[in-house]
Amino acid sequence: MITPSIWFTRHIQALLAALGRVLRRPMASLLTTIVIGIALSFPATLWLLVKNAEQVTGGIVEAIDVTVYLKTEVPLEEAEKLATSLKLRSTIDEVTLIPAEQGLLEFRDRSGFGAALDALPENPLPHVLVLRPAAAHSSADEVEALKSDLAGFPEVEAAQVDTQWVRRLAAILQMLEDLFAAIALMLGVGVLAVIGNVTRLEIGARRAEIEVTKLVGGSNAFVRRPFLYEGLLFGALGGLIALAITQGVMFALDLPVARLATLYGSEFRLAGLGATEAATLLLVGAGLGLTGAWLGAARHLSRIEARG
Amino acid sequence: MIRFERVSKRYPNGREALRDVTLQIGAGEFVFLTGRSGAGKSSILKLISLLERPTRGTVMVNGQDTGGLPARAIPAFRRRLGVVFQDHQLLMDRPVYDNVALPLIVSDTPFRDIDKRVRAALDQVGLLQYERALPLELSIGEQQRVGIARAVVARPTILIADEPTGNLDHALARDVMQLFKRFQEVGVTVVIATHDLALVQEFGQREIHIADGQVIA
Repeated sequence: MITPSIWFTRHIQALLAALGRVLRRPMASLLTTIVIGIALSFPATLWLLVKNAEQVTGGIVEAIDVTVYLKTEVPLEEAEKLATSLKLRSTIDEVTLIPAEQGLLEFRDRSGFGAALDALPENPLPHVLVLRPAAAHSSADEVEALKSDLAGFPEVEAAQVDTQWVRRLAAILQMLEDLFAAIALMLGVGVLAVIGNVTRLEIGARRAEIEVTKLVGGSNAFVRRPFLYEGLLFGALGGLIALAITQGVMFALDLPVARLATLYGSEFRLAGLGATEAATLLLVGAGLGLTGAWLGAARHLSRIEARG
Repeated sequence: MIRFERVSKRYPNGREALRDVTLQIGAGEFVFLTGRSGAGKSSILKLISLLERPTRGTVMVNGQDTGGLPARAIPAFRRRLGVVFQDHQLLMDRPVYDNVALPLIVSDTPFRDIDKRVRAALDQVGLLQYERALPLELSIGEQQRVGIARAVVARPTILIADEPTGNLDHALARDVMQLFKRFQEVGVTVVIATHDLALVQEFGQREIHIADGQVIA
């Protein structure tokens, strides 16, 4: 009869034995964990890149304005009325009216065509409305829809919005995310292979012990257990190293990025791995280690049978 | 206790180790399997411990038809059997104590029982003072006795041994045989394969003689 406490003791024993074997060959174990740590740190760093890129571009993406040029014959009062009614829409956050006069003044100041403008008999500019879509409705598609809607108004000459670059930015972010997924998958398989190979070597080195254990009635689960714990340990330690590498990279980049952000008048600071993300990294490492060891053990242990 | 019914064993290399062997060993018996090297003694022991499966026929152990036993049930089956090997199959990098404790550890025996039983087994073979020694620090005869302690530590009902005295001089061999005899005296069924006929005669127990894969007497 196996009581829970014996079961627990056996597992603790297997874990300690695995830890002992890992520590008994510090150099080899260190190299293995470093390889796993570096492999895991690539996707982790890329993940942070994606996260920070989304953060830094988030503010920009939300700030797509729609510029609405009214027909020149539309009087100012009507433009004001239109602005007020548009402001009531839930999809629109802000409406700024630029009257033709103000537009002309600004144009004169900025363009250097002052003299030429003076020669004109009347103000050629229309009244202009600048709309800022609400944050929840600022996707490229929605803004595009808003633009077409406005263009259909009788008072409106033309509505303009530049969603092209927003779409490009979103595509770049999506591509980074896909790249993250691909690299994570690739290096995950790599970690499985590394741990599977470590397990294979370890099984080879302990062949006699495995045979004798099976000879005296050790079950496959019993024989497999220490290898699984070893894989788990390697994976978790690798995750720890990956965590250190990733946070180290973030620490090194923190100041330069802050300086760059300041030059752009931004308060942006790099975000490192949060507690959940760090825990995920460790768990993924341990999970990959366990799986790799399982695969290696399943493949190589079955070949070893007790012999008299 | 152990019954072979018309058992044949052919190895993958084509060698026919056993031909139509029928034999019966009762509970508590002490039996010598004799015969020349290659006669089939080891094959009989391997079939009893399920290290091999018969090509034809039925092998019954403890009233159980081993042919119906699935692979996953083999470890539990082996734990009820004590096996001693000629080359003793000890773990050379582990102390005597750990070697003897192994069958108890794989069967999830509680700690305090392990300690008690390992010491009892070592005491029975007279090696209690060597529990922390590595097998290589012991003589061949002592190593063989460690193997015996390991075989009996889980208190099996059947003890089988393949040439347990093969590497020992006559005096040491007699000591080892006496050890086996003592286990039989407390109710264990003992089956020993040996070609040491002098020893067999000296002990005067039942003898099953194998020649050319068949039971002669």
